[in-house]
Amino acid sequence: MAEKKLMYGNHAMVEGVIAAGCRFFAGYPITPQNEIPELMSIRMNEIGGVFVQTESEISAINMLFGAAAAGKRAMTSSSSPGISLMQEGISYIAGADIPVLVVNVVRGGPGLGNIAPSQSDYYQATRGGGHGDYFTITLAPNSAQDLYEFPRLAFELAEKYRNPALILADGLLGQMMEPVEFSSKPIDPKSLPEKEWALCGCKGRERRVVRSYDLKAGKLEVLNLRRAEKYAKIINKEQRFKTEYCDDADLVIVAYGTCSRVSDAAVKMARDKGFKVGLLRLITLWPFPMDVLGDMAKKVDNFLVVEMSNGQMIDDVKLATECRSRIYFHGRPGGGVPTPPEIYKRIEEVLGGAR
Amino acid sequence: MKMIFGRPLGLTETLQRYCPGCGHGIVHRIIGELLVKLDIRERTIGIAPVGCSVFADEYFNCDMIQPPHGRGPAIATGLKRTRPECIVFSYQGDGDLAAMGTAEIIHAAARSENITVIFINNAIFGMTGGQMAPTTLPGMKSTTSVKGRDIGKQGFPIKVCEMLASLDGPYYLERCAVDTPRNVIRTEKALKTAFANQISNKGFSMVEILSMCPTGWGQTPVQAKKWLGEVMAEYYPLGVFRDLSKEEK
Amino acid sequence: MTKEIIISGFGGQGIVSSGIILAYAGLIEDKHVTFFPSYGAEMRGGTANCSVVVSGEPVASPIVANPDIVVIMNEPSLTRFEPTIKPGGMLLYNKTLIKSQPQRKDIAVVSIEANVIAEELGQARIANMVMLGVMIKKTKLLNLETLKKAQRKRFVKANDEQLALNDKALEKGYGLL
Repeated sequence: MAEKKLMYGNHAMVEGVIAAGCRFFAGYPITPQNEIPELMSIRMNEIGGVFVQTESEISAINMLFGAAAAGKRAMTSSSSPGISLMQEGISYIAGADIPVLVVNVVRGGPGLGNIAPSQSDYYQATRGGGHGDYFTITLAPNSAQDLYEFPRLAFELAEKYRNPALILADGLLGQMMEPVEFSSKPIDPKSLPEKEWALCGCKGRERRVVRSYDLKAGKLEVLNLRRAEKYAKIINKEQRFKTEYCDDADLVIVAYGTCSRVSDAAVKMARDKGFKVGLLRLITLWPFPMDVLGDMAKKVDNFLVVEMSNGQMIDDVKLATECRSRIYFHGRPGGGVPTPPEIYKRIEEVLGGAR
Repeated sequence: MKMIFGRPLGLTETLQRYCPGCGHGIVHRIIGELLVKLDIRERTIGIAPVGCSVFADEYFNCDMIQPPHGRGPAIATGLKRTRPECIVFSYQGDGDLAAMGTAEIIHAAARSENITVIFINNAIFGMTGGQMAPTTLPGMKSTTSVKGRDIGKQGFPIKVCEMLASLDGPYYLERCAVDTPRNVIRTEKALKTAFANQISNKGFSMVEILSMCPTGWGQTPVQAKKWLGEVMAEYYPLGVFRDLSKEEK
Repeated sequence: MTKEIIISGFGGQGIVSSGIILAYAGLIEDKHVTFFPSYGAEMRGGTANCSVVVSGEPVASPIVANPDIVVIMNEPSLTRFEPTIKPGGMLLYNKTLIKSQPQRKDIAVVSIEANVIAEELGQARIANMVMLGVMIKKTKLLNLETLKKAQRKRFVKANDEQLALNDKALEKGYGLL
C-alpha cells in the first residue's frame, strides 16, 4: 500500500488528472475551485504539460475542444456559473463526439449565488446541459480519494464512447483535506494510443474533419440516431453505484457526493436505534443507476432522497422506481449542508414506530 | 498536353457554393495554393468559421475542425499548444471574429499564440441574409439597418487591425483586399508572410481581407468591386499595422 | 470515537497549520480524519477558523457545527464558538489575548497563557503549538510524538531549528497541566 497523504480535494483532483495522463488544462479562476488552476499552473510547468489561464470559460472549453480534437487528454475545471458559460462548447464537443473532461465544483445558485457547496447543477449535468440531443457521462465523487481516482475513470469512459465526461464535485469536497492514497501507477501520455480520428495533419492518410453539423437533408437525424445507440449502450453498461445495508431495508436513502457521506452516518445512527435503513450511493448520475432502483422498488417501501438542492435527482428516482414506492425528500438548497442528525430525524418521521 | 493551370491540391474537388462576385473563393484559392507552395498541407489543421464560409471544412484539403461561432482562436490555441508541429489557421468572418468572438481574438493576439488568422471583412452578415455586421459602415444599409447604420443608435464599426495593433502581443497584422488583381497579389504575399511567421514560430499573425459581398450589398459584382475600392477601403485603410520582423532587422 | 474540533483565531496565528497538523497526526495514528478551513469574505480581518474531525469511522461531514473541542486564540472567536460547544465538551483558550471569561458551566474550560509561554520560548507565533500540546494532553486525543511527526509533514520547508522550537512548544504545552 502506498503512503497516504493528507490533501485538499482540489489538489487530489489535480494529481489524479495528471496521473491519468492528461497534459492540457485551460480554465478561468472561480471559487471554490481556484486551487485546481493554481496547482495546475505549477504542475503542468513541472511536467511539460500545457496550462492556459483563459479570458473566459467559453474560451476554456473551446481550447479543450481543440486540444481533444488533436487527440490529447484535456480537462478544464470551473464552478457552476462558469459551467453555464461552457454549455455551448460542451454541446459542440458532444456533437463532434470528442472526449474531454469537465470538472464542476458546484456552488450555490442560481445566478452568482454563493460559494458554499451545493448540488443544484444536477439537471444541467444529467440532461446534457446545452442545446441539442446529447448526454454527458457524469461521475459523482464523495471523497478526496475519489477526486484522485475519478479523472482516470472519466477519461477512460469518455474515450471509450467518444463523449464528454463530467465530474460533479462540490465546494465541500474540493476545500476539504482528507487522506489520499496514490493507488495506481501514473499513465505516461506517450503510452496512450493515437486516436484514429485525431487532427494532426493528413500526411499519408485521408484528411479528417471534426464537426458537429450536417446540413444535408436527413443526415443529422441519422447521426443523432447513431448517437442514441451509443447512449443506450452507456446506459446499459456503465451504471455505477454502491449499496449498504439495503438487503432488509424498510427505507433506502438515495444520495450522491457530499450527501451520500452524510447519509452514511445517518444510516448508522438509524441502525443503532433499530431502524432498517440502507443507503444507495450513486457514482454515475448519467447514466442514472435506474436498474438497481427498479429492482429495489419491488421490495423497498420507502425511499428518502437527500440532495443539496430543492430536489432534482428525485425526479430520476421517481422515474426509476416508477413511483411504486413512497418517495420522501430532504433537501438543503443554497449552500446548506445536511447533518447526520437532521437526516436521522427524517428517517424517524418516515418510519415512526416501525423499528 | 501539359496542364499549366488547375485546382491546387490544397483545395478539395468539392464545388464551392459562393455567390457570383463573392471574395471568399479568391481567398480560398490563395490559401489552397499556399498550403502546397509552403509544403505544409500535410501538417496543417484549418478552422472553419460559422457564416458563409462554414463549409470551408469541405473546401480545404487538409485536416479541418468546425467550432462554435467566434471561438476559432480558442480552438486554435488548444490545437497548436498540443500539436506545436502542426500549422494551425483560423478562417473567420466579421460576425465570427469581430462580434461573437471579440474576446477570443483579442486574447489570442495578446498571448501571441503562434497561429495564423485570416479575417474576411465584407461589412455584412452574408449567410443569415444581409444583416448589420460589427464592420458595417456608418450609413450603410443592411436588413437590420434599412435606412443605413445609424451611429447614434447602432454605434460605430470596429476596426480590427487598428484595435489589435494597440496590443503588444501580435507579431504581424496587415489589411488587404481582393477587389483588384494587384490587391489579390498583395493579399497572397501577406498570407504567405502570415503562414511563414507561424512556421518559424514568430507568434500571432492576422491578415484582414476586405472582401466583396454583392448579394448582401445589393450590388452587381462589378459595382461591388468598385464600392470596395472607393468607399470601404477609405474607411478601412489597407496596409501593414504591425510587423515585428522589421524591428528584428 | 469521533471527535469534532474547531480551532479559531486571527489570520496569522497559525490556525490552519494547527488544524492540518492535528489531521495529519490523526492520519499517522491510522484514524479517519478531515480538515476543513473556514472560507469566505469574513476570513480577511476577522476570525480564521477550521474544523478537524478525528474518528475511528469514516467521517460523514468535515463541517463541524457543534464541536466536542474548541481551541480559541482570540476574543471574537470566543464570542462566536463558546455557545456552539456540545455539553460536556471542552474549551481551551489563549488567556494572554482574551480578557473575557467563558460563561458556560456545562463544559470543561482550560485557560492557557499561550502567548506568554510562547514568548518565553522565544517566538510569539508558536503559541498555537503550545495550545495543541495542552489540548492533546487534556483530551488524550493523540500522542505527543505523533504531533511532532505531523508538524514536520506540515512545515516541509522549515529549518531544523524551527522544528525543534515547535517541538519544545508542544512539549511545554503537554507538560503544563
